[in-house]
Amino acid sequence: MERPEVRTGTRLALPFALAVGAFGVSFGVLARAAGIGPLAATVMSGTTFAGSSQFAAVGTIEAGGAVASAIAAALLLNARYLAMGFTVAPALGGSRLRRFVTTQLMVDESWAIAHLGEGRYDRHRLIGAGFLLYVAWVAGTLIGSLGADLVGDPEAFGLDAAFPALFLALMWPQLKAREPLVVAIGGGAIALALIPWTPPGVPIVAAAAACLVGLRRR
Amino acid sequence: MSDVWLIVAVVGGVTMLFKSAGALLLGGRELPAPAMRAIRLLGPAVLAALVVVNAVGGDRALVFDERLVGVGVAVIALALKAPALPVVVLAAASTAVVRLIA
Repeated sequence: MERPEVRTGTRLALPFALAVGAFGVSFGVLARAAGIGPLAATVMSGTTFAGSSQFAAVGTIEAGGAVASAIAAALLLNARYLAMGFTVAPALGGSRLRRFVTTQLMVDESWAIAHLGEGRYDRHRLIGAGFLLYVAWVAGTLIGSLGADLVGDPEAFGLDAAFPALFLALMWPQLKAREPLVVAIGGGAIALALIPWTPPGVPIVAAAAACLVGLRRR
Repeated sequence: MSDVWLIVAVVGGVTMLFKSAGALLLGGRELPAPAMRAIRLLGPAVLAALVVVNAVGGDRALVFDERLVGVGVAVIALALKAPALPVVVLAAASTAVVRLIA
């Protein structure tokens, strides 16, 4: 039993948990602004547990996109968990159910905390960090969506501007290297070019094609 | 099933599969390096599109309104290394103020 590592994970995740909880509150509020009730928003946080994709689904609905576009936008953002799942797989142990549950606690922050360096991961840290973040995210969502009634008219509070600002803030740390920056400019340009010609939502999904830059030989 | 619950169910179910696939389905094997790179670049590509669509998107039209003030404030705040949450609050507040004045 390597219990201390669980506690290490929880301790390292504490500062992130405050931010994640606050983001959960804002997700609840923005979900209500897009017409998603407290129960649906909270169930989504509990099952998807991936902030940017949940905001993407809500942001696509808010922009008037179709159901298929909202789903596609969210899943395109979550495809990275496929890659991340492969990186932690060797560190996981126990039954299939146990491994499944452990992987569900994987979000960007708990994944980073579980990383011991050189591609090695600690599953106890993943559990300790992931569980705290999970509770913060789900509880924050519930509080935000129940409290959203207090906000009133979302546009009067500038909540429609909160969406682009949020996506910008999520994207910002990923732009330090040249390749992601080029891909982001490409994705943004594709979206801008398609907005006048396609139904809302389509530009978001089509912009994903910019990631194919990563496939070329080097 | 309503549209909202359809989105909740599909996004939740497929995300669970994404997270667990490496551990459960393809035991020990790794994805090819170019595929891993492309998957990682999906983030910036889709997030950039979400910024653009939520900033200037309308119903089959580009709409330039008070939202752009919030986006501009967000860019400045991020350039000054402000954390994400205050950035979002500043963007919403500045847009709300401009609406109030205009």
